[in-house]
Amino acid sequence: MKKLLVWLLFCCLSSTVFGQVQGSKEPLVFASPEQQARFNRLTTELRCLVCQNQNLADSDAPLAHDLRKELYDMMQSGLSDDQIKQFLVERYGDFVLYRPPVKGNTLLLWLAPALLLVGGALVVWFNVRQRKRLLIEARSDEEA
Amino acid sequence: MIGRLLPLIAFLLLGVLLAVGLTISDTKTHIPSPLIGRTVPSFDLPVLYEPGSRVSNEDLLGEPYLVNFFGSWCPTCVFEHPVLEDLADSGQLKIVGLNYRDEPEDARNWLARHGDPYDIIITDYDGQIGIDFGVYAAPESFLVDDEGIIIYKHIGALTPEVVEGTLLPLARGSGS
Repeated sequence: MKKLLVWLLFCCLSSTVFGQVQGSKEPLVFASPEQQARFNRLTTELRCLVCQNQNLADSDAPLAHDLRKELYDMMQSGLSDDQIKQFLVERYGDFVLYRPPVKGNTLLLWLAPALLLVGGALVVWFNVRQRKRLLIEARSDEEA
Repeated sequence: MIGRLLPLIAFLLLGVLLAVGLTISDTKTHIPSPLIGRTVPSFDLPVLYEPGSRVSNEDLLGEPYLVNFFGSWCPTCVFEHPVLEDLADSGQLKIVGLNYRDEPEDARNWLARHGDPYDIIITDYDGQIGIDFGVYAAPESFLVDDEGIIIYKHIGALTPEVVEGTLLPLARGSGS
C-alpha cells in the first residue's frame, strides 16, 4: 500500500515535470491541454535545421529554442497549422517538414517504398517459379 | 557462376554507395534556400558600435552588398575571417556584418582581436532576423543586389574560390 502511494506520488510529480515543453529553458504556458497537444504535435512534425535528424521537440540546439518560441507566439496570435508551416517553409524550404509535399523532386522519395515492394515481390515470384520448374524437371528426370 | 559472384557484386555496389556518401558529406547538410530571387527580409537593427542608431534593409538599397551572419561564439567564423578581410581590402563589395545571437561586448572584443572587415555591423541579439533569413548556422552569407533582391546564399565559411568565382561576378552583374 505504501509502495503504491509512493509510486502514485512519483507519477504525479513526473507528469508535472515532463509535462513542460521538452528541452525549453523558459517553460511555455498553455491556455488549454488541447493547445499544448497541438504544440507538441507541430514540434514533432517539424525538423530542427541544426541537428537535421531531430525534430523541433527533441532538439536542444539554440535555433530549436528560438523556433519553438516562434511557433508558440504564432499559435498565440491565432495562426493555423498550415500558416505556421508556410511561415517556416518560406524561410527554410520544404526540408523543415518531416512530411514533405509530393512534388517533382520528392516523387522518388514518396514512391520508393512502393517500388521496393513491387521489386521485392517480382524477385520472390521469379525465384518461386524457377524453383518450381527445377523441381518438376528433377521429378521428371526421376520418372524417366 | 553469376550466383556465386552476386555477394561480391553487392558488396562492391555498397562500397561505391558509401564512398559517394562520404565524399559529398560536407555539403549534404546544406539546405537550398527558398529566398533566392526574393526580396531581402525586412529588418531594422541596432548598429554594433552605435547602439543608439539603427540600419534597415531600405537604408542599404542602391548597391549590391554581402550580408555575413557571424558570431564570436562561432569557430568557423574565425576560419572564414581572412577571406572577408581580403574581400574588404579589395574594396569590390560592400560587406554588412550581421552579429547573430551574440553579446555586443563579446562581438566587439572578437573584432578587436581578429580585425573588422565589415562596412557596417548590425546586431540580431535574439536571432529573430536569423529566422527570417532562414539561417540555421553561422557563418552564412547572402549576396543582395542593388534592388534588394537576394541572388545567392553561401552556407559555411566563404573561400577565395567562392568570392572570386561566384560572389564578385554575380555582384558585378547585378550592379550594371
